Amino acid sequence: MKAVSNAGKLVAVSFASLILAACSGTDSKEQEAAAAAEAAAAEAAAQQAAAEAEAQAARAAAMAEQDRLKDAAMAAGSVFYFAFDSSELNDASRMAIDAHIALLLVSDESIRLEGHTDERGTREYNLALGERRANAVRDYMVANGVPSYRIETISYGEENPIAFGSGEANWSENRRVELK
Amino acid sequence: MRRFAVFVGLLALVLSAGASAQLQIEINQGVDNPTPIAVVPFGWQGVGTAPDDVARIIDSDLARSGQFAPVSRRDMLSFPDRASDIYFRDWRALSSEYVLIGRVSGARSGDGPVRIEYQLFDAIRQLEIDSGTVSGSVQEIRMLAHQIADAVYERLTGIPGAFATRLLYVSVTRNPNGKDFYRLVLSDADGARPIVLFEGRDPIMAPSWSPDGSEVAYVSFETSRPAIYRQNLRTGVREQLTNFKGLNNSPVWSPDGNSMAMVLSKDGSPDIYLMNLASKKLRRLTRHYAIDTEPTWMPDGRSLLFTSDRGGRPQIYRYDLSSGQITRVTFEGSYNARARVAQDGRNVALVHQQNGQYHIAVHDLVTSRLTILTSTSLDESPSIAPNGSIVLYATKRDDKGILGAVAVDGGVRFSLPARDGGHVQEPAWSPYFYR
Repeated sequence: MKAVSNAGKLVAVSFASLILAACSGTDSKEQEAAAAAEAAAAEAAAQQAAAEAEAQAARAAAMAEQDRLKDAAMAAGSVFYFAFDSSELNDASRMAIDAHIALLLVSDESIRLEGHTDERGTREYNLALGERRANAVRDYMVANGVPSYRIETISYGEENPIAFGSGEANWSENRRVELK
Repeated sequence: MRRFAVFVGLLALVLSAGASAQLQIEINQGVDNPTPIAVVPFGWQGVGTAPDDVARIIDSDLARSGQFAPVSRRDMLSFPDRASDIYFRDWRALSSEYVLIGRVSGARSGDGPVRIEYQLFDAIRQLEIDSGTVSGSVQEIRMLAHQIADAVYERLTGIPGAFATRLLYVSVTRNPNGKDFYRLVLSDADGARPIVLFEGRDPIMAPSWSPDGSEVAYVSFETSRPAIYRQNLRTGVREQLTNFKGLNNSPVWSPDGNSMAMVLSKDGSPDIYLMNLASKKLRRLTRHYAIDTEPTWMPDGRSLLFTSDRGGRPQIYRYDLSSGQITRVTFEGSYNARARVAQDGRNVALVHQQNGQYHIAVHDLVTSRLTILTSTSLDESPSIAPNGSIVLYATKRDDKGILGAVAVDGGVRFSLPARDGGHVQEPAWSPYFYR
């Protein structure tokens, strides 16, 4: 809107200069050249305004798309689960990670992937296993175009459980990678 | 007659002290015929009351070993503190095979010197079979009592005692609505005198001792990433040793104290590295895309054991420092991890999985025989007493992290839950301080 009204002002100014030129009537050639230049300037200004409006609309569309992808990523969840002693991504995790990849490809955000394990097995081995899980998610993201420098990975092993008790119901909740 | 060197007190500087996360000891199983012994209250040769009940501390140590049945004080007919006052007939009437008496002299408080003499008698043969003197600061009187328990234990079993030692462990207070609270705790081997060395809301892991017991190393996540720290117990000086991308874990001092093995994943996957503690230069020992972790030294310092899943499942491997050669050590079962080697260089305590349960087992490096020692299902972090007789480990009871202990021969068991009901994990038994 602002761009259009600026163009309107420029057109008005051009008309005023044409009238002035007609009144003086001394060097018509010079006046004609000046008028042509004014007209060209006006046209260029109008074009620029239109381009700016277009870019603005594109930006708005991109923002809307990013919002849509953000919602989709939120809906997909930011916790990806794993089988016992495994760092392999399952289909559900891949679908959820895909939603985050789509978002990461249109934004320049950096993320942190935190790998976790259940309480079974030794703590230090589990720390390594948690890292392997975080790396599996990172590698999948990088393979799909997300620059690796935007991804930080860390493992907490079995130190930060979500579910505190023992038994598979709790363990399966704790074998995870959290995107933060 | 024995005379121990003056015990050097540790811990000038600590962050905070108190009864937080103190362990209590419950004996679950002793040997079938524990040896009856009478530990008579020691005489106090000073003004006022004695600084501590030395005999009670020795009595508790011997009882806790599961190999002795101390005579109750209530049943004693007299409290002799000199050989000439002992009526052996009275002690034989109480079925006591041995009688320990002693005398304490010196300062009652502050950091004044204290001196304890003791004499051990065979009540059947009516003979003195051992005697000695221990001395040190009155602040360390409990440790002096433990040293006497060590000597008595060695005289009667042939194995040095490990009572005058300390424990490191991690205590965790779970917070379901926020971050947990972690403490690195140092206590006497009987759980007494707990001291918090470091605490915070971020995980603390893998504590270990320097070979002379003057320093500890551990992993802290306080910077939001894991890093290895060393902390001097006398001066309190703390130094961050690593800050690499990825894992910084499992610090273990070499037996000569000059270098530290550790796990880093800065070059891709977790591998074992050796840091020269003077130059901080790193030497990479293993190079494999699999997980290599949980290094531990053989007592001679010439090779290390570590856990690797390079064969598909976690097993123990051995790395020879001079040749760089790696050989697989364990073959029984699909999961053997987190080895700790006894000072004899023969018994290896580890975590062994059987039927989906994780037990503490001992692998004999000479015969390659594996013996499962525990029957609970989530056992981990074994640590062997410096006399090689007991394995301390972490386990779960009613969803609570507690410590457990089992004799290498399986004969004695006890549990060490936290008094305050918090979780206890990752015990590390100290080396000897005074031998």
